[in-house]
Amino acid sequence: MIRQAAVALTLSAAVATAGAVWFKGADASSRPKLTYSDSGLEPQLAKIFSEIEGNRLESARQLTESLLNQYPTFRLGHLIKGDLLLARSKPISTFGNASNAPQEKLSDLRDEAIVRLKAYRDRSAAADYVPRYLLQMQSDQKNAIVVDTQKSRLYLYQNDNGRPRFVADYYISHGKLGAEKMREGDKKTPVGVYHVTSSLSPKKVGDFYGTGAFPINYPNEWDKRQGRNGHGIWLHGTPSDTFSRPPKASDGCVVLSNVDLDSLAKNLQIGLTPVIISNSVEWLTLDDWQNERATLNNKIEEWRKDWESRDIDRYLKHYSTKFTSGKQSLEQFAIQKRQVNSGKSWIKVKLANLSMFRNPGKDELVVVTFEQDYQSNNLSNQMKKSQYWIREDSTWKIVFEGAA
Amino acid sequence: MHQDSQTPSLARLSAIFVGVFLSISALSANAQTLPEVQSLMKQGQMPQALEKVDAYISTKPKDAQGRFMRGLILTELGRSADAIAVFTKLTEDFPELPEPYNNLAVLYAQQKQYDKARTALEMAIRTHPSYSIAHENLGDVYAKLASQAYDKALQLDSSNAATQTKLSLIKDLISTTKPGKPGASVPQPAAQPAVEPVKPTATEPSAAVTPPPKPAEKAVEPAPAPKVAETKVTEEAKAPLEKPQDAVSGAEAEVKKTLLGWANAWSRKDVKAYLGYYASDFQAPKGASRKTWEAERASRIDKPGKLQVSVDDVRISIANDKATVKFRQSYVSSSLKSSTGKTLILVKSGNKWLIQQERVG
Repeated sequence: MIRQAAVALTLSAAVATAGAVWFKGADASSRPKLTYSDSGLEPQLAKIFSEIEGNRLESARQLTESLLNQYPTFRLGHLIKGDLLLARSKPISTFGNASNAPQEKLSDLRDEAIVRLKAYRDRSAAADYVPRYLLQMQSDQKNAIVVDTQKSRLYLYQNDNGRPRFVADYYISHGKLGAEKMREGDKKTPVGVYHVTSSLSPKKVGDFYGTGAFPINYPNEWDKRQGRNGHGIWLHGTPSDTFSRPPKASDGCVVLSNVDLDSLAKNLQIGLTPVIISNSVEWLTLDDWQNERATLNNKIEEWRKDWESRDIDRYLKHYSTKFTSGKQSLEQFAIQKRQVNSGKSWIKVKLANLSMFRNPGKDELVVVTFEQDYQSNNLSNQMKKSQYWIREDSTWKIVFEGAA
Repeated sequence: MHQDSQTPSLARLSAIFVGVFLSISALSANAQTLPEVQSLMKQGQMPQALEKVDAYISTKPKDAQGRFMRGLILTELGRSADAIAVFTKLTEDFPELPEPYNNLAVLYAQQKQYDKARTALEMAIRTHPSYSIAHENLGDVYAKLASQAYDKALQLDSSNAATQTKLSLIKDLISTTKPGKPGASVPQPAAQPAVEPVKPTATEPSAAVTPPPKPAEKAVEPAPAPKVAETKVTEEAKAPLEKPQDAVSGAEAEVKKTLLGWANAWSRKDVKAYLGYYASDFQAPKGASRKTWEAERASRIDKPGKLQVSVDDVRISIANDKATVKFRQSYVSSSLKSSTGKTLILVKSGNKWLIQQERVG
């Protein structure tokens, strides 16, 4: 009895002290029931740890065995199994007692345990709150993806008339050296608003990338303006002998286990599905989210009306002093607009299929796209437009505008 | 890995080799045959031994002892598959005997079939829960299984794990007499050495201050007073207590038991039992009333989360019906870990010892 208590203490303390997390079985069960469709392995993992905490080591061992039957290449599971077995043979003093273990590999697995259990414990946030970034999904976007690099988690949302509804979340790995990619080869994952641009055949890219690979459009317009470079940021799977990789493992890609990637892939629309990568996702209540969305919607509507009004000063006040469009500065842009405007006796602008995604991070920036139907006495055109709105002097202004 | 287990294993092995051979009383007919077989085995004349035992078995095909020896000889001859067959059949015909299971496990372990070895050893222990060799072997098998799991977890090259665990073969069907005679050295479950402090001392430098031996913990279970003959590890750990152990007076044992019961009730968060250890005239700290003190204790103890209170380094002095107990108290909860010196003064009340004073230091 005593020995077991000590083992439980050791195992969970070792995990807990590292991440200042204390895993309590009770936490999980006292949560309200969720529309939580991703069964995944975290519930089982959490159960194993709660059994260990409760000194039910044999039950923990059996659960670990059954987990490993389902996921034979889940290395963290093998580590826990090793500890549970070794504890029956001799006293163990830490999490992962393999005598000849490279410390780095051990701490990788420990980190994985911590983020997985933490995500499971905090999982209700994804369903109860809305990620700040998904202000408005465009009507033909069925889903949106939000990634939290610090939590090693990817959240899948469904488009419910523009409102994001939580579908599932998955464990992910990201850059070895973290997030906020700046340079080619910096082994970091970019932070920003992207979308899936293509789907690569697993046969072509090789076993290392698992059952699929989906490039995203890093660097985007904003990244380029910030001087960020590099390329080849993908969402992809894991090699066939590896269920999951450590939380920080890739050269910048977002890596999912193959089972998770496969179920995610079903929801991806190439060229359309937004992928928003954040260091640490900000969650809003539905009310706060509605407010943010309404404020910006109003601003865009104002801009459209002011354009139709042909009052060029009112129109131009929506643009930031730092505005650029292609090679045009705000001054050049203003001159051109004034010239064009003088020939107009009427303008009609219609916007459709609008999307608004807030850029994660310090900059208060929203990426807006829409289909623009422009009509006037002497010119008409339809185009897909993309704008970056920035919060400046406590109001929203356009800092970039171009064809999407 | 697990080097340390080898030396004792070998020692044990030879000890059993020359050990007393207890044969089944039932065999009288060829009473001389089996000792002859055994002596041939000792001389290393395995083929001759096999011949003799085969002849013996042909006259007594059901005889467990003869078949068991045949299994041993086949093992010695390296005929593992045949030996496995013999021991397997024995487990089927005599499921109550632990030795065939144990030896089956040894053979499986040689073939690196550790899962099968484990199952066999668990059967041996199920039939004879106190079978120490089986426990030790099981400990080694667990270590081996653990090492395999670690290899998978960490993608290690297990080729350096060439140190093959040597499990102990049991040479005698000893259990056919009477298992676990109380006078004999009482085998502890092999798992027991783990009683050593297993707290995550590695992370806590201050923990080094705590005296490592914790013999007291073991006795927290309301088992009869610990036997003198215990596993080697614990005996060493017990050094400070060794002398008094023999001379433990009845009163001292009672006080010790009370102390352990107290710590145990606290650990269990059994507030009622815990408070029951205190005398009615207990001097609550800071002159608090008994009621206030009890309420305060109850709310302290009955908090969610784990709690482990253990005592060691116990020194007891008794004068008349008053016992002064000085010890080191280790307290581990989810929020606090401490090790403090404590003194309890207990008074005898009827046949019970009750705490009258409790202070730190």
